[in-house]
Amino acid sequence: MDIDFAFETFMALVGAVPLTIQLAVSAIFLGAFVAFGLAMMRLSGILPLALLARFYVFVFRGTPLLVQIFLIYYGLGQFPAVRHSFLWPLLREPYACAVLSLMLNTAAYSSEIIRGGLLSVPPGQVEAARAVGMPRLMILRRVILPLAIRQALPAYGNEMMSMVKATSLASIITLMEVTGVAARIISETYRVIEVFVVAGAIYLALNFTLSRLVLWAERALSPDKRRPASAAVPIAAATPASTGDA
Amino acid sequence: MKRIGTLLAAACVAVVALVGGVQAAQAKEWKHITIATEGAFPPYNLTKPDGTLAGYEIDLAKVLCERMKVECTFVTQSFDGIIPALQAGKFDAIMSGMSATEKRKQIIDFSVSYGSTGQAFATLKSSPLASLPLKGELYSLTTNDEGAHKAITELKPMLDGKVIGVQTASTSSRFVDEYMNGIVEKREYKQTEEHDLDLISGRVDLIMASMGYLSTAITKPGNEDMVIVGPRFQGGFLGAGSSVGLRKEDTDLKALFDAAINSAKADGTTKELSEKWFGFDVTPY
Repeated sequence: MDIDFAFETFMALVGAVPLTIQLAVSAIFLGAFVAFGLAMMRLSGILPLALLARFYVFVFRGTPLLVQIFLIYYGLGQFPAVRHSFLWPLLREPYACAVLSLMLNTAAYSSEIIRGGLLSVPPGQVEAARAVGMPRLMILRRVILPLAIRQALPAYGNEMMSMVKATSLASIITLMEVTGVAARIISETYRVIEVFVVAGAIYLALNFTLSRLVLWAERALSPDKRRPASAAVPIAAATPASTGDA
Repeated sequence: MKRIGTLLAAACVAVVALVGGVQAAQAKEWKHITIATEGAFPPYNLTKPDGTLAGYEIDLAKVLCERMKVECTFVTQSFDGIIPALQAGKFDAIMSGMSATEKRKQIIDFSVSYGSTGQAFATLKSSPLASLPLKGELYSLTTNDEGAHKAITELKPMLDGKVIGVQTASTSSRFVDEYMNGIVEKREYKQTEEHDLDLISGRVDLIMASMGYLSTAITKPGNEDMVIVGPRFQGGFLGAGSSVGLRKEDTDLKALFDAAINSAKADGTTKELSEKWFGFDVTPY
């Protein structure tokens, strides 16, 4: 390990971190909407919609992301019909193609995670909400989603982290994110170990931050598991009421 | 006893042969040279259907041998084992499209270069860049660096803001960085075939790659719209080009080859032969 060289490499790779984060955030954000839509289709009870969603998940989960990126970038660009369509200004850009393929891929996995979360909500809770007269949308917002998201978070955290790592594939379509820059430095210097160690450390740092965020969200959504620090307040407030009752 | 006698006799023969060999090496007058080539790297060297060798290097070697006043024979040898075989004395010279890289120079010696394809641009026939000026002009970064910079300045109005595709960490990538920085937007590809695809689909406006590569790429099916445009660049970090590979101890042979190659370059033989095989002049400057 040459420390000076490793530091130089680190500075070069840090310059590429914004692109990696941009790719990951846009893909995860946009993918979440597609995933939610797909999960809703699966659970809608309408057979054609459910089958369509199943087929989508089957295709995108069953083929490598690398192949998907290649097909979307080089594959679609081969057809003159695509090149003359209104989509071309978007598909012409490597960045848009990368976000599109990452998003479509993560949507397939995430939809299954969301579906699992939604199915894990105990029917009794929904029944109770209905019994007190909550409207359907309110049940979704206040009962189903908080429970489903909390259930799905650990698995969804996994998916988000694998997306951060999957952005490394964007370098094959000319996007110079962290791995792309690393590969370039290696082919210029023939020094593999330093460069990949530094690149790996950068991904580790990114995913460490992400895992902390997921943990924080998990705790925010689990009030029952928090230490009852503020428990004294409701009891104190409740005491006069109960004495008044008696 | 008889066996020992035979052994002794054999040893004597060996010693005589060795001494003879050493004497021959000392007063080496090159009468006969065996040249190795791969025979599978067109248009440098190729094997014809009838099994005979042909190509730029084969034709050039005939001229060189004539000028060196030696008799030459060609042998074929796969490229990956060609340097060890030279070291082992299976032949005397390599002419196989081999570039004189620093790494190879540590092990063997090289003559002056006899062929450098250089780096060139390609675009689509329908592109406004198809009429890029200075077509076919050749600039050497070693001898005419100023000219190379001037050429880029001349092309600047047409190239300004265009997207150029190059292979990652290639010499053309370095050329774009050092000579066209701020003029064009660079996109890096893992493989040259990929920037061809993006040129065809219109994602990049032009590509830069070695002339040797481009001249075959434009003949590939699907690449009919590709056209080589503008000037070519060679020398400097773009590489010295192909040279004859020789054993380090054969300095006299290197001198012979250098003289013959220089005379072939001077009288236009390399130009004539390369135009026959490559379709353009590969004479290095």
